[in-house]
Amino acid sequence: MKIYLKIWRQKDNHSKGCFKDYTVDDVNKDMSFLEMLDTLNLKLVKQGERPVEFDHDCREGICGQCGVMINGIAHGPLKNTTTCQLHMRSFKDGDTIYVEPFKAAAFPIVRDLKINRSALDRIITSGGFVAVDTGQAPEANSIPITYQEAESAFDSAACIGCGACVASCKNSSAALFTGAKITHLELLPQGQKETHVRVTEMVEQMEKEGFGHCSNTEACQVECPENISVLNIARMNYEYNKSKLLVKK
Amino acid sequence: MNTPFLDTKIPEGPLEKKWSNYKRNAKLVSPNNRKKLEIIVVGTGLSGASAAASLAEMGYQVKSFCFQDTPRRAHSVAAQGGVNAAKNYKNDGDSVYRMFYDTLKGGDFRSREANTYRLAECSASLIDQAIAQGVPFAREYGGYLRNRSFGGVQVSRTFYARGQTGQQLLLGAYQSLMRQVKAEKVKLYARHEMLDLVLIDNKAKGIIARNLDTGEIERHGAHAVVLATGGFGKIYYLSTLAMGCNASAIWRAHKKGAFMANPSWTQIHPTSLPQSGPYQSKLTLMSESLRNDGRIWVPKDKNETRKPNDIPEEERDYYLERKYPSFGNLAPRDIASRAAKEQIDAGKGVGALKNAVYLDFSRALKEYGKDIIKERYGNLFDMYRKITGINAYDEPMKISPAAHFSMGGLWVDYELMTSINGLFAIGEANFSDHGANRLGANSLLQACVDGYFILPYTLANYLAGEIKVPKTNIQDKEFDIAEENCKKQLESFLTTKGEKTAEEFHKELGKELYDKCGLSRSKQGLEQAIENIQKLRKEFKTNLMVPGDAAEVNSELEKAGRVADYMEVAELMCIDALQREESCGAHFRQEYQTEDGEAKRDDEHFSYSAAWEWTANPSEPKLNKEPLIFEFVKPTIRSYK
Amino acid sequence: MMIYFKNALTRKNLMALTGLFLSFFLIIHLLGNLQLLLPEKEAQLQYNLYSHFLSGNIVIKLVSYVLYACILLHTLDAIYLGIKSKKANGPKLSRDRRSRASTWQSRNMMFLGIIIFLFLVIHFKDFWYHYKFGELPHDENGNKDLYTLVVNAFDSIWYVILYSVSFLALGFHLLHGVASAHRSLGVYHPFYSKLIRILGYLFSILITLGYLIIPIIIYIKH
Repeated sequence: MKIYLKIWRQKDNHSKGCFKDYTVDDVNKDMSFLEMLDTLNLKLVKQGERPVEFDHDCREGICGQCGVMINGIAHGPLKNTTTCQLHMRSFKDGDTIYVEPFKAAAFPIVRDLKINRSALDRIITSGGFVAVDTGQAPEANSIPITYQEAESAFDSAACIGCGACVASCKNSSAALFTGAKITHLELLPQGQKETHVRVTEMVEQMEKEGFGHCSNTEACQVECPENISVLNIARMNYEYNKSKLLVKK
Repeated sequence: MNTPFLDTKIPEGPLEKKWSNYKRNAKLVSPNNRKKLEIIVVGTGLSGASAAASLAEMGYQVKSFCFQDTPRRAHSVAAQGGVNAAKNYKNDGDSVYRMFYDTLKGGDFRSREANTYRLAECSASLIDQAIAQGVPFAREYGGYLRNRSFGGVQVSRTFYARGQTGQQLLLGAYQSLMRQVKAEKVKLYARHEMLDLVLIDNKAKGIIARNLDTGEIERHGAHAVVLATGGFGKIYYLSTLAMGCNASAIWRAHKKGAFMANPSWTQIHPTSLPQSGPYQSKLTLMSESLRNDGRIWVPKDKNETRKPNDIPEEERDYYLERKYPSFGNLAPRDIASRAAKEQIDAGKGVGALKNAVYLDFSRALKEYGKDIIKERYGNLFDMYRKITGINAYDEPMKISPAAHFSMGGLWVDYELMTSINGLFAIGEANFSDHGANRLGANSLLQACVDGYFILPYTLANYLAGEIKVPKTNIQDKEFDIAEENCKKQLESFLTTKGEKTAEEFHKELGKELYDKCGLSRSKQGLEQAIENIQKLRKEFKTNLMVPGDAAEVNSELEKAGRVADYMEVAELMCIDALQREESCGAHFRQEYQTEDGEAKRDDEHFSYSAAWEWTANPSEPKLNKEPLIFEFVKPTIRSYK
Repeated sequence: MMIYFKNALTRKNLMALTGLFLSFFLIIHLLGNLQLLLPEKEAQLQYNLYSHFLSGNIVIKLVSYVLYACILLHTLDAIYLGIKSKKANGPKLSRDRRSRASTWQSRNMMFLGIIIFLFLVIHFKDFWYHYKFGELPHDENGNKDLYTLVVNAFDSIWYVILYSVSFLALGFHLLHGVASAHRSLGVYHPFYSKLIRILGYLFSILITLGYLIIPIIIYIKH
């Protein structure tokens, strides 16, 4: 297969970026999208050019490090799939593919397709944890959690933190990411205790990081590699309102 | 009998009392002194994050480093199947002792009794800890924890969270770590790569790190350094590891005096997806848990061309069930991998490149129905479809062995301290608990137990002697020298201006190593590999091509640094494999096998851990032997038949 | 306190509450307006009486202030959030196909809102302002004859088209808005969430149709 690429090149967050045209000739349909970029980079390095910088690590869809806009869609045409799990069989010979970084004010560009997502870390830092020190834990089975509770908590906990929800959102909102963590911990008795502090802190941090608001377009769930439900956002709203209106300080 | 360097510091007393004896006698640091002490933790996987969080909770000042853009992405995240713990919730005869014995036997009696026992002993607390952090482990309908069985054992002691146990455990540890970041007890340095270890007066006192976003070289000082940098299976290039996994941190510590133990012991995982072409960058692991319900087979006829579903039952060879009737498809990893290689080498491999075997779910699907199978392995089947485009509910999966876990690593004593004072190694980065083969679901366990429950005690024991030592001065001349060396090395990569990229070198090295120091090894092959690696290393020095410069984001430069280290590690692996003239666990020497092709151990001559010492010449490392003394268990022939 | 106002989540709550109140008002307003479709003579008297009743009642007056406040807050909030979204988005995507993952109306609430707002300006000026402050003849019961003003206005096809377009915009706005408002307020149960979505669709369609037929029927009748 022959693939034409238009790739966003940008030296750093302060410089201006632009699309550059590349052609990759020997693309195999079983290649992953990132392996196709590897092939291009090998070619570029051999020509003495700077290779395209992009984020990636585990390449099996779980670490959440990879992620680019492919033809204007976060993680590319397949729904609920990370960039590394996208394979070239999703494209046709002769296709032109636009590759851009995830763009949001809270995700500054490091170089080319590489971005800085530490804003998401800071949201977790603000309250996305159970405050338990090592050694304090009681016997595991002393807190029964039903099968359904555990399963729904897992559904929310499955988030890989890739930021595709932010990139897919027309408002660059991190509501799905934040909502999923709040819901995950709220659904378990261990985490419930701190919900009202957690939800206030996390929502405020989300605000400080400059993420936008959620207008319930639900695009985030469609592109989320883990198909995290938008109802997690509603849950966050509920918990937030509850903690503001009903919980005594 | 021990050389003074290899003092294992195993405490006195009966096996089950050793750890409590140690804890009873260990020195402590009082809470008001802890905040004066700084600790560097490199790596934020399960061991690194759990250690950093636990130490910070105790009150130490921790600096935490990772090369990923956030700690949550460390490769522990990719572990799928589960984590073992001797809780005996199933009432099926499990106990700390049995778990210890299974682990020791699984490792082919090549690990320290005391360490392995401690691993089993602390396993139960880990489950408690993870639950308290909010890890959503699988549950029974009544609300109690659920278990499943895993390779190499006959009880159900594996706790799991769907096929994402590693991710969930890591998120628990990561969240605890971030809680300490909020409390300002941990300072986080993401996108930083450790380039060198700094020793002052023969004690580990700091590191040189490169900020991968700016290229800046930074100095960081501390009272102790902990390496939690994971395994180096990526040395084979094609492996189940993440692209960034590397040996650099431990190798550079090795060059400063830390011993490397048993570096050649690499677990080759039996259920990974096969290579599909030369462009391939990594092999994706499919959880071993699949072997609970999947049956492995190859066609009996090597010229078979029919589709798998068209091949009748009697023309299939379920070779694991045939050869190991009592464990069947759940035979330990080394055995399952070698058996697969045997079939593939015999030409019975399947797939376009004839490099795979079938993993068949048709019986389980018939027995339990699609819904149950979907619930158990849904995400794995999805992943398989995404990667291969094949629906595994209709057609068997194709799987093949791939490099996975490094049993070897930095030599550590019972306290997890390396042969350098003040330098600790935890998790996969050390060599300690798994012997020559790791049992499934034990790696998450070891990483967590090291970080949560062992290091906090043993590190305190060391730091108790450092209370009066002032903060490390990063203007010390040792830092000057180390920084200068790092800069020189980076400069040399950039100025070589050859014709081959680091990745091309890596691929070549990986292939050489996989062929000759992989699933099966021979004297002749290893000697040849050593020669080839030396040649390749020489070429690397003169023919490397790295574009760009050092003062910016430059992933080619990062790769070059890692491959440069691999070039030396690879030779040590071959030397290690060559000197061990026996077969044990994952280390299979063709010359030493039983009549029916099983590993043949030589306890009389090789019951030791090989701790290699750096001598400035990568081809001539010095061997120190740590004898393995079995006081409580008598090594037997490891049979899974 | 400041953070309460700056916070997007509480802003969305306000948006949802005002929106839901406005939606509720739409029902009342529609019921009132359906009187326009009674037989002509009856309609005139009835409608004028109704208008008189509305303008005289103190409770209704209070409610109407709430209504104005809602419109204002809903609009101001929309502007605030619109600016915030723009800021949060940072540099624009050069090629953007994110739209494939969401409905058209959910992405264009602002645009739809602007149409509705402009419509409201015209609507208020032509009827509300006239009724309140303008000179109007009286019907035989002595009530101001709003009915004739309305009916005459819809003689113009352009006016009917303007109204129809605005109602369609309103319909799409409601299609997303009603369900979305509940989400913003925190209805997270999958069953009720689904139920509300279905009821929201039904509501939007009925309201839109109800409003749409009035100008069209009046136009056809005259």
